[in-house]
Amino acid sequence: MRSSAELGPDGLRSARKRLVQMHYESGVGHLGGNLSALDALLLVFHEFLGPDDKFILSKGHSAGALYTALWSCGRLTDDDLKTFHKDDTLLSGHPPASGLADVLFATGSLGHGLSLAAGTALALRLKSQTGRVVCMTSDGEWQEGSTWEALIFACHHRLETLTILVDHNDLQGFGSTSDVASMSPLWTRLQGFELQVEVIDGHDLAQIRSALAAPQTGPRLIALRTIKGRGLQDVEGRMESHYLPLDATGYTQAMHNLDSQ
Amino acid sequence: MRKQLCDALIERSARPDMVFLTGDLGFMALEPLQAAMGERFINAGVAEQNMISVSAAMARQSLDVWVYSIAPFVYARPFEQIRNDIGFHNLPVKLIGNGGGYGYGVMGATHHAIDDYGALLTLPNLRAFIPVFDEDVAAVVQVAGDCGAPAYLRMGRGEPPSDFEVPAYAPWRHLLEGGGPVVIAVGPLAGTYIAALRALDPAVRPSLWAVAELPLAHAPIPEALLAQIGSADRLCIAEEHVEQGGFASMLLLDLARRGLAPPRFTHLCARSHTFERYGSQAFLRARSGLDPAALLAALELA
Repeated sequence: MRSSAELGPDGLRSARKRLVQMHYESGVGHLGGNLSALDALLLVFHEFLGPDDKFILSKGHSAGALYTALWSCGRLTDDDLKTFHKDDTLLSGHPPASGLADVLFATGSLGHGLSLAAGTALALRLKSQTGRVVCMTSDGEWQEGSTWEALIFACHHRLETLTILVDHNDLQGFGSTSDVASMSPLWTRLQGFELQVEVIDGHDLAQIRSALAAPQTGPRLIALRTIKGRGLQDVEGRMESHYLPLDATGYTQAMHNLDSQ
Repeated sequence: MRKQLCDALIERSARPDMVFLTGDLGFMALEPLQAAMGERFINAGVAEQNMISVSAAMARQSLDVWVYSIAPFVYARPFEQIRNDIGFHNLPVKLIGNGGGYGYGVMGATHHAIDDYGALLTLPNLRAFIPVFDEDVAAVVQVAGDCGAPAYLRMGRGEPPSDFEVPAYAPWRHLLEGGGPVVIAVGPLAGTYIAALRALDPAVRPSLWAVAELPLAHAPIPEALLAQIGSADRLCIAEEHVEQGGFASMLLLDLARRGLAPPRFTHLCARSHTFERYGSQAFLRARSGLDPAALLAALELA
């Protein structure tokens, strides 16, 4: 998946526009959590993942961003994206169980992905195979007990090939993560785990690049401080971006805004 | 069956791709397996949801993965992980549940597994193995291990009379000949009936069958049994499982599709998740009407 060219502003803008277009043409909401995750996903797929590496999207509701990242790397076609969320599509609203080589597991029910990533990392170690494992979770997902089970397991086994990316956009399904569970910011809750924790701006490619390039001695967690609905100025950081699709006016305005960024 | 299970898994562990995960259970039983497997024996801790997803991921990387806990903990808590991560992807993880049915009798309702294979067989690709006798375990480990699909192994305790010659393992076995009604029992329960039925006059004695694999799509009803059902005046199913989703429903649906309808039907099953008083597996079987005396009474043979 790794391409020779470094991801730059043009590639980022192009992918954001394609994501928004795809969601608009399919009449699908959930844009907020896709746009908050997109920048890191693009960089991971463009610059980090090699042929032996694995990726698991635990926050399956960001499937649109995943499909867009795969499109940006040439793993999906424009025609593929045109089928998103429509009848007879491979690109369901959450990653499918089969049909996409880059998708190891059907995700969408939160709290599964980190265990799947930890199991993958441990399996590769037991088989003496090389390969890094990257898992992206949401921040609200850390309210699932199974995610903590997985973190305990990953730390106990010192899974030094495991990278956990947390899309820390501060908003979840029906409120802010602070209001719902007093867990925000997540990184303050991780003290005591044998875990490398780094907190960065999740929309700054240089910071993401630098965090991913840092040496790793055990499992690591990179908290991406992100903005839900990033790039859509009318809904950035607002609950509406979690669910609502764009109407025609909003779409035209969004594409205009993205062009000027 | 734990001794036989441990021995069978040790033999299988000669395969370098085998991995065994336990949910912090197996003390005083699985230590020999732990010693044999080294780092491939993983105590995943008291965290069944994580353990199941980890097992799925390992199977996705082509490892031969076995998961162990007591029966109620291996399927109920991580049910969604079994469905999404194992079942949706048809990953050949083997889930071993020790003490199925009322096996952990006096330990209480939280430790019973009387809705296990019914629930699991609603999931895609899942199979269930319910060994009848201790002697079945080695064969079940081999058959389940090589079936290429996710499977649940409900382990119990074989209870045939000491002088009974256990027939070689098969999904279906005819344990006793008789001219009376047809009785099909699921798993070890079949062994508990042998002594009582063997004492009856052959003319009225039930014809006793044991089934050890489900669903029927993978373990079709033998023609000889179908012939007996077709000519008998009564069919009786006995299973240590609740009525809903149980083997009886599966069998009757199969028979209905064949146009076979037994004139009389009796179903002995687990009657309750909770009781006012608890006791051994035998005690709770008796409370549920699953003991040999209850079988004879239900068939009007007492």
